[in-house]
Amino acid sequence: MTMKRLSIAEALRECIRGEMRRDERVFCIGEDIAVRGGWGGAFTVTLGLEKEFSDRMINTPISENGFFGVALGAAMMGLRPIADVQYADFALLAMDQIVNQIAKMRYMSGGKLTVPVTMRAPVGVTGRGAQHSQSLEPFLLPAPGIKIVCPATAYDAVGLLRSAVRCDDPVMMFEHKLLYGSKGARAESGAIDASSEIPEEDYVVPIGRAVVRREGADVTVIATLLMMHRSLQAAALLEQEGIDVEVIDPRSLVPFDWDTVKASVVKTGRVVIVEESPKRNGVGAEIAATLAEEMIDHLTAPIKRVAAPNTPAPFAPPMEEYYVPSVERIAEAVRQVTSY
Amino acid sequence: MSPTGYGPDFLLDLYRQMVLIRHFEERVKYLFLEGVMPGTIHQCNGQEACAVGVCAALEPADVITSTHRPHGHALAKGITVVEAMGELFGRTTGCCKGKGGSMHLGDLAKGMVPAIAIVGGGIPVATGIALAFKMKKEKRVAVCFMGDGATNEGAFHEGVNMGAIWTLPVVYVVENNLYGASTPVSWVVRTKTISERSRLYGIPGVTIDGNDVLAVYVAAKKAVRRARTGKGPTLLELMTYRITGHSRRDPALYQPEEEKKRALENEPIGRFAKYLLDRQLADQRRLDQIAEEVDQEIEAAVEMALAAPQPKPEDTLQDLFVA
Ligand SMILES: Cc1ncc(C[n+]2csc(CCOP(=O)(O)OP(=O)(O)O)c2C)c(N)n1
Ligand SMILES: [Mg+2]
Repeated sequence: MTMKRLSIAEALRECIRGEMRRDERVFCIGEDIAVRGGWGGAFTVTLGLEKEFSDRMINTPISENGFFGVALGAAMMGLRPIADVQYADFALLAMDQIVNQIAKMRYMSGGKLTVPVTMRAPVGVTGRGAQHSQSLEPFLLPAPGIKIVCPATAYDAVGLLRSAVRCDDPVMMFEHKLLYGSKGARAESGAIDASSEIPEEDYVVPIGRAVVRREGADVTVIATLLMMHRSLQAAALLEQEGIDVEVIDPRSLVPFDWDTVKASVVKTGRVVIVEESPKRNGVGAEIAATLAEEMIDHLTAPIKRVAAPNTPAPFAPPMEEYYVPSVERIAEAVRQVTSY
Repeated sequence: MSPTGYGPDFLLDLYRQMVLIRHFEERVKYLFLEGVMPGTIHQCNGQEACAVGVCAALEPADVITSTHRPHGHALAKGITVVEAMGELFGRTTGCCKGKGGSMHLGDLAKGMVPAIAIVGGGIPVATGIALAFKMKKEKRVAVCFMGDGATNEGAFHEGVNMGAIWTLPVVYVVENNLYGASTPVSWVVRTKTISERSRLYGIPGVTIDGNDVLAVYVAAKKAVRRARTGKGPTLLELMTYRITGHSRRDPALYQPEEEKKRALENEPIGRFAKYLLDRQLADQRRLDQIAEEVDQEIEAAVEMALAAPQPKPEDTLQDLFVA
């Protein structure tokens, strides 16, 4: 079996190419995704695909609410769109189509319709200020009807995107700007290597299945995307202090793999949840509340959340650094829960 | 053909402002590429006549909204180089104390709302500013800068229509640089011009040579007068070209070489310099002197910004609510 080492951006590109070859109902729709001499979307994911699939790379006007609605219409008629926004922040302009229409259409039809829309949105705080930084996971969690996945590695990006495209339900994939490994003019400063060996074979990562990234006995740390990588770094740091951290990457937020998380909590009794968006009502709030409801007998310390403050993302680097949970902040939270 | 009859002080000030914006953008680009300046940048090289021509038609109390590409608008509306540079460096001396950055430059005290980096987001906002002027019976005007790309957002339709039906004192200024990011406008707009969309809202619309600063000024003056005298909005489409990348390190390979070449010959500063020289309103020495003065002003601002204090990390928590 041959393998290739690919960045997330490259891996997603090859994955989309493969899905479009495999199934001619699959098409891409979004802004700046199919311009020769362009960038392949904001982060190079669709770069060059227009050469092979000239009529299935739909380069849209800047009309987010419009083209998400178009994706829905096409999906109900049997096509399988992959719709992307350049920054997750712009999906807010399409919240009517995403939340009122895409999420609810099947339910409102009494289960008669299928809505196989895949959506992709880059998240993360990257020096661009308040309107290009948001993580929308907390906005979509309370919108039943959309599955949500968050790949932290290229391997998972491919496996989850295949699952999403082949799935008959709407799936939103959040991707992190600092994990793409975009190259050339679209490279990001502060990027982290999230590349993987990608097998040739047609594997999938099932939606709703977490992965234990690092086994440990003392504390369970739950994090996705960039925060997962920082949590691994924190775990390495804490190992030297004799704290044995288990890092769980849920990979899917909806549906959520409670079994894997609960098994870990039974073992460690201590939980830290890390996320990049504001703490209030975040993903961590949902996980913590459920664990408090259902696992209280196993918890030996209060659940800790490490998150951004309840403000928009600031621009200036010292404030931005303060805003995004750092390795040290994660480590400190772990130390605190182990002191119980 | 450019109109004549303006005094040399006025004309040279237009020239100075355009050169200031161009040199500001160039300096910022180098600082960014050197890694000295944080964030991302969208330069407006080639589009200076739009910002300068329109803002020259405004009073200080008039208010503009801007976009992800706001540096030119900010400088033309009276934000100082020091305030703008400070913000780009994320310093406390910046016009938003480092909270906003390049894409949110602005200061209401100077008549500019912090720039709105959501494409089209400013269109209803400018309409609301104009509604307030009308309700408060103030003789002020709102100007909404946007790109061609923004006219395909739903917010364009909603915002312009409300401006039209309520006869508000607002001017919608579309800087048509032929591209929305990398996408050619011809792929995403069926009509020959964008200004003809104005008819659907029942307001006047014109397409102007946006690289002719005087033509822009004259058209803006007319639209602003119309707005100020209670006759309602105008849609100005200013034809221009971005002679630099969309952002950061974009090499703009999607712009055909031939088109780029023609655009460079048609860029507004060279054209206006020729206008001034041909009419002997200035000599080359005077123009060089302006460039030098401008460079000194920019250099001083860079030094001040680099020496200015950075915000404290905990400043993140300030400025969210009034109380
Ligand atoms: C709602 C929204 N969608 C997409 C973007 C990403 N984006 C930033 S600038 C831009 C192109 C804007 O084109 P135009 O309005 O013509 O302005 P120009 O860049 O040419 O000045 C795009 C797509 C955005 N900032 N906001
Ligand atoms: Mg444009």
